[in-house]
Amino acid sequence: MATSTTNEPLGGTPSGPPSPADGAGTGRRLGALLHRLDVKGAPYAFVAPFFVIFAAFSFYPLVYTSWISLHDVELATLDVMKWVGFGNYVDLWGDSRFWNALRNTISIGVLSTVPQLMMALGLAHLLNYRMRASLFFRVASLVPYATSVAAAALVFTMIFERDFGMINWALGTVGVDPVSWEAEKWPAQTAISTMVIWRWTGYNALLYLAAMQAVPADRYEAAALDGASRWQQFTHVTIPGIRATIVFTIVLSTVGATQLFGEPLIFGQGPNGVTGGADNQYQTLGLLLYEEGWKNYQMGRSAAVAWAMFLLLVLAFAAQRVLARLRARQS
Amino acid sequence: MGTLGSLRGRAVAAVAAVGALTLLAGCGGSGDSATGGGKKDGKVTITMGMYGVMGIKETGLLEQYEKENPGVEIKAEVAGDEQTYYTALQTRLAAGKGLKDIQGIEIGRAKEITETQADKFADFSGVAGLDHFLPWKESQISTGDGKVLGLGTDIGPMAVCYRKDYFEQAGLPTDREKVAELWAGDWSKYVEVGRTFKKDFKGGRVSYMDAVSGLFNAMVYGYPEQYYDDKGELIYDKNPAVKEAWNLAADAAEDGLSAKLRQFQPGWDPGLANGTFATAVCPAWMLSHISEKAGAANKGKWDVAKAPKGANWGGSFLGVVEQSPVKEEAKKLVAWLTAPEQQTHIFTKIGNIPSSRTALESAAVKNARSAYFSDAPIGQIFGAAAKEIPDKQVLGRKDGTIKDTFSQGLSLIEQQGTARDKAWSTTTGRIEKAVR
Repeated sequence: MATSTTNEPLGGTPSGPPSPADGAGTGRRLGALLHRLDVKGAPYAFVAPFFVIFAAFSFYPLVYTSWISLHDVELATLDVMKWVGFGNYVDLWGDSRFWNALRNTISIGVLSTVPQLMMALGLAHLLNYRMRASLFFRVASLVPYATSVAAAALVFTMIFERDFGMINWALGTVGVDPVSWEAEKWPAQTAISTMVIWRWTGYNALLYLAAMQAVPADRYEAAALDGASRWQQFTHVTIPGIRATIVFTIVLSTVGATQLFGEPLIFGQGPNGVTGGADNQYQTLGLLLYEEGWKNYQMGRSAAVAWAMFLLLVLAFAAQRVLARLRARQS
Repeated sequence: MGTLGSLRGRAVAAVAAVGALTLLAGCGGSGDSATGGGKKDGKVTITMGMYGVMGIKETGLLEQYEKENPGVEIKAEVAGDEQTYYTALQTRLAAGKGLKDIQGIEIGRAKEITETQADKFADFSGVAGLDHFLPWKESQISTGDGKVLGLGTDIGPMAVCYRKDYFEQAGLPTDREKVAELWAGDWSKYVEVGRTFKKDFKGGRVSYMDAVSGLFNAMVYGYPEQYYDDKGELIYDKNPAVKEAWNLAADAAEDGLSAKLRQFQPGWDPGLANGTFATAVCPAWMLSHISEKAGAANKGKWDVAKAPKGANWGGSFLGVVEQSPVKEEAKKLVAWLTAPEQQTHIFTKIGNIPSSRTALESAAVKNARSAYFSDAPIGQIFGAAAKEIPDKQVLGRKDGTIKDTFSQGLSLIEQQGTARDKAWSTTTGRIEKAVR
């Protein structure tokens, strides 16, 4: 809107009464200045609120966290800080719990992200067909996303309960022995992944659906003329057509998986939630951070975990960029 | 049109920027006082923060105080879980914001508070009429230089709760005196009874005990020194009492005597309701939990027998924060709430055992019986158990964390089938990291 005003001075009144020549000159210059400021400055003013809030609630904590991570600090006495340099990071590197948490984060991430995106793709494809009550199905698929993590995780925890849970009851009716969902590693990770899948599949499906609807219909017609089956149309037209969206959802899911916290915390209940199981069998990096900070009350070590998580993400995306560039060069 | 548009744009931007700044300024937050309590127009408002079932709010004592002291208003907040409550309390003490005038302190945190936060709590040492407590209770919340940071509410003498009907089906005696005789004097006899129970019980899938961590806690808390010695040195890995408790609990786990539940976690409650275990080591304050979760259907099936050895598990204090604007009024309220009459009142309502010697000796406590637990004379059983608690109990800063870590280590043996030596080294390794 601002660009449409370029040849009309701001606040200028061409049809107004004449004014003394020098006064009009200053007014004109001031008007031009204001106008320039408006064109150049307004966009910054528009984005300013985001950056002000970002600075206060993201950037400042980020910097403060990095400062804390270089010290020995306890939660109860935050004002007593002892400088330890990179000691916390060195300890973390040599700590088996960190590598265990990293492995768990990756395995839960894969267990939840891959089926989730596959299912979302299938669901979006189905929703893309003409059908009755399509709006209802689209809204319904978004309901899990709108449910609070805590409420959903509590319900899932009850469903996966060992002695009186629904799943073990169902398994029992077909003669399968009850599974100790919480105590064993892979069952526990599967249960947690189920919660993540349930929550995010519909959301991703809607993103895919929006992208699918932007794929021009004539491509499908051309493919059909060439004798492509439904499945071939899906793999050769739809998938390439929404490639950018798929990459976007992978990025989002990776960030989400790295920060996974609420689901395992609630799934474990109490002390086991904080440590991700008695054997740390489902402790994610987010939980390790919490254990160090809010069970051991060691803020320095906790902050070091937070920064390690951040650096891991940076590393993952750097690797992804390099790979993408290499591939682009090859083709 | 263009001009108007950009003007509107600028106005929006300005409003947005101002909004953002207001939001930031809002974070500074300015209430009437730091604790929410205060005096206004002759009215006194006192705020309280508590956890679990301390019995103070639940038994109507606060309303009674308000009625007896016109012009006093008490606002009490109760968090469910102590771990969550304490984490929030730590953060608030560090920030100096969001505290209540009166804060509950659990025994496992008493040492940490007296060592690191003593200057943030008001001193009770000069207050008269406070000699009615058990001798060890008040020393636990006192600093080295004689400052008393709170007054005791309840204590946690222990007994064993058991299902009479299951004992009968296993051919064991059901009378509480005879049951107590089965394991008198030695916790290993309690485990031995469990082996008999497992062998002879004919009634489906019922385990002998809920979790071996209960047994471990009961044994460890029977000794004056647990995880720290009286010089404040960590001895959790060399204390023979800890090792003995660990080994007996591991025996019970390896023999499959437990239902592999985790106490106080949701899986435990349906276990109580459906009766998947026959005994539970129960501190006095656990009775209200059992009767609530096991429900009316199991009334009269449970009974209480004397534990093999006396021990103290849990109990709390009430402290007043130094920055409270109504410090004197809050101290007066705490003194009233912990006075013998009020402690007796809480005991008769929900069964928390008084930390006041005077209250323990009162007839109302001595003659109390629990209808839910087959009319067991809980006043006598727990009163006698309270006398067996060691007079000196050494607390340590990280007692709570160490206890939780040992419980988890035992569940490695119980649930994951880890060898006990490996579980021991994992546990001590974890504690080392948690306390350094």
